[in-house]
Amino acid sequence: MTHLPFILGSYGLALVLGVGFAVDAWLRVGRARRRLAAIDPRRQRERDRGQERD
Amino acid sequence: MDSSLNNPRTIAPGGRGLHRFANPGRFLRLSGRVLPFLAIAAVVLTLGGLAWGLFVAPADYQQGDAARIIYVHVPAAWLASGGYLGLAVCAVISLVWRHPLADLAAVEIGPVGAAFTALCLATGSLWGKPMWGAWWVWDARLTSVLVLFFLYLGHIALVRAFDDPERGHRAGAILALVGVVNLPVIKFSVDWWNTMHQPSTITVTGAPAMHVDMLWPLLTCILGFSLGFAAIVVARLRAAVMERRIRGLLMAQAQGAEGRVA
Repeated sequence: MTHLPFILGSYGLALVLGVGFAVDAWLRVGRARRRLAAIDPRRQRERDRGQERD
Repeated sequence: MDSSLNNPRTIAPGGRGLHRFANPGRFLRLSGRVLPFLAIAAVVLTLGGLAWGLFVAPADYQQGDAARIIYVHVPAAWLASGGYLGLAVCAVISLVWRHPLADLAAVEIGPVGAAFTALCLATGSLWGKPMWGAWWVWDARLTSVLVLFFLYLGHIALVRAFDDPERGHRAGAILALVGVVNLPVIKFSVDWWNTMHQPSTITVTGAPAMHVDMLWPLLTCILGFSLGFAAIVVARLRAAVMERRIRGLLMAQAQGAEGRVA
């Protein structure tokens, strides 16, 4: 295959960019979900109701 | 929670159908259902298309295997322009209907669009070096895409430059609309000026200027990259909606504590 370093460089950049953004978004959603669950009064009430039923 | 998210008085006529989706709970529920399918389809199509282009599609009769860079370069270029068009659509929705989700979407599209524009420029350089003998030329197509990259950077900086986020969103929306003029310049630069960049391979009206064995993997990559772009933006937007709610709740708690002390 001719020009292999240029081709691999292009494909590598695309994969790094895609994976990087995907992992960043996934971590950000997880972090926001945990923080929201900790401070959201509606979720707190739902949890309390669940514990009362148990 | 930001009251404008649920305040019908801020909606211009015609925006009520659209505004239903400004409800953050509804958006989170809907996007939570769609996102896994979007992400899986994006991964399958992108990896499949790239492997197809790298190992199965034929090499170009003039450029040899270097033409395989097209399977990354063209989808990135398509999303660079498409992402900016998305930014402009968000700007219109924000300015006309004051749709707060459009402001958040514009903030989240900016960095992703800028990254794909940078990928387009970088892969163009990696293709240009073996074919033209230069990493960069001040060609109309390359220069107009570089201007697009700077427009993205300007938008990213502008929306974060104000203490009042609303003012940042308004300023960003105006910049996004002004910058739209660059999109036709990018598209037609290869027709209007003598450039080193090749003319459009795929057009709406004419037959594609490439063999079908190269066209299918390219279309697969374009679809896969587009779904990936959408999945990343939707995931970032979900995080942004939750972060906005967290800020609202913390502010309400702080005001409640202040009220009790007073």
